[in-house]
Amino acid sequence: MDLDFSPEDVAFRDEVRAFIAEAYPKVLRGKQQDSEGLTKDDYFSWHRILAKKGWSAPSWPKEWGGTGWTPTQKYIWSEEQAKADTIPVLPFGVAMLAPVIYTFGTEEQKARFLPGIRDGKVWWCQGYSEPGAGSDLASLTTRAERIKGDDGKEYYLVNGQKTWTTLAQYADWGFFLVRTDPNVKPQAGISFLLIDMKSPGVTVAPIITLEGGHEVNDVFLENVKVPIENRIFHENQGWTCAKALLMHERSGIAGVARSKRGLERLRAMSLSEPGDDAGPLLADPFFKRKVADLEIDLTALEFTELRTLAGESSGKGPGPESSILKIKGTEIQQRLTELTLEAAGHYGAPYLRGLPHNIGAIGPDDARDVAGRYFNTRKTSIFGGSNEIQRNIIAKLVLGL
Amino acid sequence: MDFSFTDEQSMLRDTVASYLADHYGFDARKAALKSADGWRPAVWKAFANDLGILGASFPEDQGGLGGDATDVMVVMEEFGKALVVEPYLGTVVIGGGFLQHGAPAGAGELIGKIIAGDATMAFAWAEPQARYNFADLKTTARKQGAGWVLNGGKAVVIGAPWASHLIVTARTGGAQRDLGGVSVFLVDKKAKGVSARDYPTVDGRRASEIVFENVSLGAEALIGAQGEALPLVEQVVDEAIAAVCAEACGVLRRLHEGTLAYTKERKQFGAPIASFQVLQHRMVDMFMQLEQAVSMTFMAHIRLGEAPGERAKAISAAKVQIGRACRFVGQNAIQLHGGMGMTDEMAIGHYFKRATMIENEFGSVDHHLRRYEAASFDQAA
Repeated sequence: MDLDFSPEDVAFRDEVRAFIAEAYPKVLRGKQQDSEGLTKDDYFSWHRILAKKGWSAPSWPKEWGGTGWTPTQKYIWSEEQAKADTIPVLPFGVAMLAPVIYTFGTEEQKARFLPGIRDGKVWWCQGYSEPGAGSDLASLTTRAERIKGDDGKEYYLVNGQKTWTTLAQYADWGFFLVRTDPNVKPQAGISFLLIDMKSPGVTVAPIITLEGGHEVNDVFLENVKVPIENRIFHENQGWTCAKALLMHERSGIAGVARSKRGLERLRAMSLSEPGDDAGPLLADPFFKRKVADLEIDLTALEFTELRTLAGESSGKGPGPESSILKIKGTEIQQRLTELTLEAAGHYGAPYLRGLPHNIGAIGPDDARDVAGRYFNTRKTSIFGGSNEIQRNIIAKLVLGL
Repeated sequence: MDFSFTDEQSMLRDTVASYLADHYGFDARKAALKSADGWRPAVWKAFANDLGILGASFPEDQGGLGGDATDVMVVMEEFGKALVVEPYLGTVVIGGGFLQHGAPAGAGELIGKIIAGDATMAFAWAEPQARYNFADLKTTARKQGAGWVLNGGKAVVIGAPWASHLIVTARTGGAQRDLGGVSVFLVDKKAKGVSARDYPTVDGRRASEIVFENVSLGAEALIGAQGEALPLVEQVVDEAIAAVCAEACGVLRRLHEGTLAYTKERKQFGAPIASFQVLQHRMVDMFMQLEQAVSMTFMAHIRLGEAPGERAKAISAAKVQIGRACRFVGQNAIQLHGGMGMTDEMAIGHYFKRATMIENEFGSVDHHLRRYEAASFDQAA
């Protein structure tokens, strides 16, 4: 049992670090903290550079573009990206949909969809939640019925509404859970469909969240014709795909490396922010104690994640234990934004959304939109299966209760 | 022992509640916040003329209704329930407090204007280099003839864009954090040398960064004793904190009620989510936080009149409980609303945002724990 990097690992780390330093677009530097200022191209540009290098989808099977990295190398990879504050590769295609396609899809489907995901050419969104189906995802009612098209081919005719669809305003394609059989128990009548967002009948409507941002959307599906060959896996067995995807989603949400970077930023900020007395805020024993507490919690999560990664390298996909990573990871992200808001003091109050960056902040730069990020981060214990649902999963599937 | 309200106070509550129900609904508030001014002077006038609440807590010989801090508490709780942004705290509680306790020349006339709705005030105390230390001042007032010259800057002055007058803390002597040498001045917002950069705040108010550049003040601008005004500042701020605690009770009530109502409506797994035990216990914990917050708000108001040390202890204790309740109840209200709680269209998120700002208003939980310790242990030792 050891954590030492081998000489090869050290060489790999140096290679990764040098590559990011050289190849990460200058115009994106500093933008990562400012999600409202990101364009569709901003999101994709780093992804495309990584794709050219062959590093956009490290965890995939090698034949489709995976790197075959060891768990240690993957760990190094996420650490180095976080340290450099790169804009993360969006999870929807690479981390969520692709494992479903390469696990359950046909050879034809793999060849059709995986390259576009890997290369950052096609933007995917996730059509899971519905107004009446959140935590109880299996109760979804978006209906897909088989029809015969004018061209003589079979199609699904899809009707319903999806919600909380992240960044659907940019999406080229979406993966959707739809009900193909309403007469069986809920999980048994669901299919997994890929839908071209430009299809007639697809409408995307923005949902503005409490901090004033536009990240999520309603997606309305009205008589949308979807070719049968866009279904992944068997009809009525989409729940199998859905569950596999959710486990990948959950393990990805932990965001340990990003939280470590966030803690570094918080420490730097609390050295420049004043305390109540002459010293900096970090000299305040109350505040310092909370930062220390958070660091310790994050260290525990880091080692839990490393154990999970090590397990995955022996061939297991993420199991229900990934719920631990989701719960602890999101709680830590939330505490990080809490402490950052506290650190900002008076300058947590200004609301500057919509004001261009160069107009000048109110107060110090690192206090910009700290309240907005605190409000927005409340979503993390809700999405991807609420933290209450994750506890149910652990109770049932891990503890056998 | 008596925790009941007088008939007058109950009537005051009903009057305010019924006016706000008619004129301060969620949509009307939202439209006002988005308008150029960000508030409704007409509502302010109605507070003065139709409701008479701007004078409720002033003595009768000053043109008020002869009420006290309990009247303020009643008004503020109702304001919390409706998320009122108009500058009652800055004008009546803080402005009125300084004018009454500091009794500068001309206080009577200005109190008359406050009661009539013709004067509005903002309290300019915070500075960028300071956290919640009221004595940490770089802003200075230098004696010039019979009057003063004011120089410096103030951070996040809530309500300043709406104010006709600023109440400004400045150093007339001593070093940056000395307890002595602190003075308070009344400054006309339109005075030469006062400039402001205005902006909205995350909880729907407006605030300003203010710069004073050689602002000439007359002798009558001084409120309280020259160089010895820190105890006055502490007294008025303690009264303001008590009022904010009352507002928080209104905000917390709405957060809790809204969560109960939503979880009874929202069905998942074939049942209202309020039927799940884990959520029931969470709502019980929220309820206990709310009840403790209400108790501490009563306690704070009852002890406002005590000697400074006892008052500080009581107020800081209340603010600690209020801060904790705002965080716990606010965060869980959003959590139990699920995705809906994250939307701008539902009121719950707006209550959460106000609750979050109250956590740090006039000092965070940590700040007030420390102040409590100083008042409770250090003095006894």
